[in-house]
Amino acid sequence: MSSLAPESTTQSPKEIHASRRNLLHVEDITVSFDGFKALNNLTLYINEGILHCIIGPNGAGKTTLLDIITGKTKPDKGSVFFGNDIELTKLSEHEISQVGIGRKFQKPTVFENHTLFENLELALNSKKDVWHSLFVKLTSEQRDRVEEVLDIIGLSDKINEQAGLLSHGQKQWLEIGMLLVQEPKLLLLDEPVAGMTPQEIENSITLLNSLAGKHTVVVVEHDMEFVRSIAERVTVLHEGSVLAEGSMDEVQNNPKVIEVYLGE
Amino acid sequence: MLKDILEIQSKRAWVLTLLLASIMVIVIPILNVVVPEDSVLHIPEYLIPLLGKFLCYALVALAMDLIWGYTGILSLGHGVFFALGGYAMGMHLMRVMAGEGVYRSELPDFMVFLDWKELPWYWYGFDHFWFTLLMIVLIPGLFAFIFGFFAFRSRIKGVYFSIITQAMTYALMLLFFRNETGFGGNNGLTDFKHILGFSLHEPSTKLGLYITTAIVLLLSYILCRYIVYSKLGRVLTAIRDAESRVMFSGYNPLHYKLFVWTLSAILCGIAGALYVPQVGIINPSEMQPANSIEMAIWVAVGGRGTLVGALLGAGLVNGAKSWFTVAYPDLWLYFLGAIFIATTLFLPKGVVGITNLFNKKIKNGGK
Repeated sequence: MSSLAPESTTQSPKEIHASRRNLLHVEDITVSFDGFKALNNLTLYINEGILHCIIGPNGAGKTTLLDIITGKTKPDKGSVFFGNDIELTKLSEHEISQVGIGRKFQKPTVFENHTLFENLELALNSKKDVWHSLFVKLTSEQRDRVEEVLDIIGLSDKINEQAGLLSHGQKQWLEIGMLLVQEPKLLLLDEPVAGMTPQEIENSITLLNSLAGKHTVVVVEHDMEFVRSIAERVTVLHEGSVLAEGSMDEVQNNPKVIEVYLGE
Repeated sequence: MLKDILEIQSKRAWVLTLLLASIMVIVIPILNVVVPEDSVLHIPEYLIPLLGKFLCYALVALAMDLIWGYTGILSLGHGVFFALGGYAMGMHLMRVMAGEGVYRSELPDFMVFLDWKELPWYWYGFDHFWFTLLMIVLIPGLFAFIFGFFAFRSRIKGVYFSIITQAMTYALMLLFFRNETGFGGNNGLTDFKHILGFSLHEPSTKLGLYITTAIVLLLSYILCRYIVYSKLGRVLTAIRDAESRVMFSGYNPLHYKLFVWTLSAILCGIAGALYVPQVGIINPSEMQPANSIEMAIWVAVGGRGTLVGALLGAGLVNGAKSWFTVAYPDLWLYFLGAIFIATTLFLPKGVVGITNLFNKKIKNGGK
């Protein structure tokens, strides 16, 4: 087990980032499903304002990690802090969303019977209680914001189309757009380019790079080329624990990573 | 304020709504009262309570559509809320006829029959009309709220929720069947004499009840239309289509589901309360599991998630039922099953789906 702990050489980039504040502290998280440990004493820190990729073979626990952070799954033990004083494991999904964490699912999840405009309207950062929803009207600023985001995700011309009619890649962008209007501090993206054409991937890279800095972005991804072109920092998961962490080059040259993931 | 309300549907829809409403509230009463009996246009007296009953069912269908069509929660227990509203009204009608029953007692006849000496505490207050109105809203509403809170908090969904609601209505039916429960056992409450001082046997009272039902239905329709037009309505549909996205957008689905579930139950209770004086009886058979399933069929046949479809479905199915149970009483259930299967297979969007299909054809130039 100890051989799987991050190697000391991969620690150096962490020191570079040490001056930056950690936005997310995942500490000693263990989750098991019917005795199978999906996450095993996992500890991970995400710096503020960074684009951080999490990679790993199937079953490494990537999606489970996102489930833990967003409150979908409760851990058997361990803690997740957002900033210094928000303990996420004690909150429910909608509360976690309200403190400023947005999540894109692996399978694009949008409101298929609503128009693109309505999809973004519902996601807007505003009061979310029943009474408010019964009487509220959109302000012109909110309307502008929706249109601005539609422009960012390149779907302005489909503003009044039903989301169910979009292509797979367009749904992925719409979902990212829905995260953007939420104005989260932390964006969690589960395989954002799965099923996209090379051209769409190209556009996604531009989009994600433009987000970094303004937001903290965590991307879970399989596509190594894609990770290489966006990641400032990479964490490799293996069997529910951190195998290595560092820049893409460091991670790719790590012999253990080569052994379990990249190489034969 | 008025402008906000006018916005909830298109001009054409408003014209249609007001046209239908005036037929219900003005034209039909005129055809009943003013037009002479030998005229073909005359609407006979016996039809008025029947129409009133249909309008009550239409109100139930509206309530079902709100929770099933828009929010995606299939309740197969709405008969309970209907019956609870009905029992509240029935209790009032029993209380205001104290001393006029067969036994000339201050207590309802069935209590005398059971040799009860005094009124159970939960019958207190029902001699007042305003208290009864309050209970018609409060009892189904509170019951739905508590039931819904536990079911939705535990995230019970889909077919599991439907099965639990079936069990709920069955359990309450058994409870109300017992004489000891204090609601008249399997005979229920019946032989009502008057409401607000008007004799229930008078044609004018029947007409008044019918008109009241039509107005309540119109107001409920406007309320439901407003809800589905508001942002809340879009959240409800979003819950139906992608609940996890709704949660991760910062909404608490529990609150939204509870709101619409409770409102739906209250509308059902009001329908039950309007139904009882027009039909003259309320008994536990209203809580038979099959009754609640039939309510879902009305909405499925008419078309889910449109409100109009629910109204239409309730009218069509109950119209067919009235005719069938007279002409071919044995065949009705087979027919009901057949139309349900047929709509599921051929008209997944119900009868209103046909008109939409037709409109689309016109738009596409008849292709």
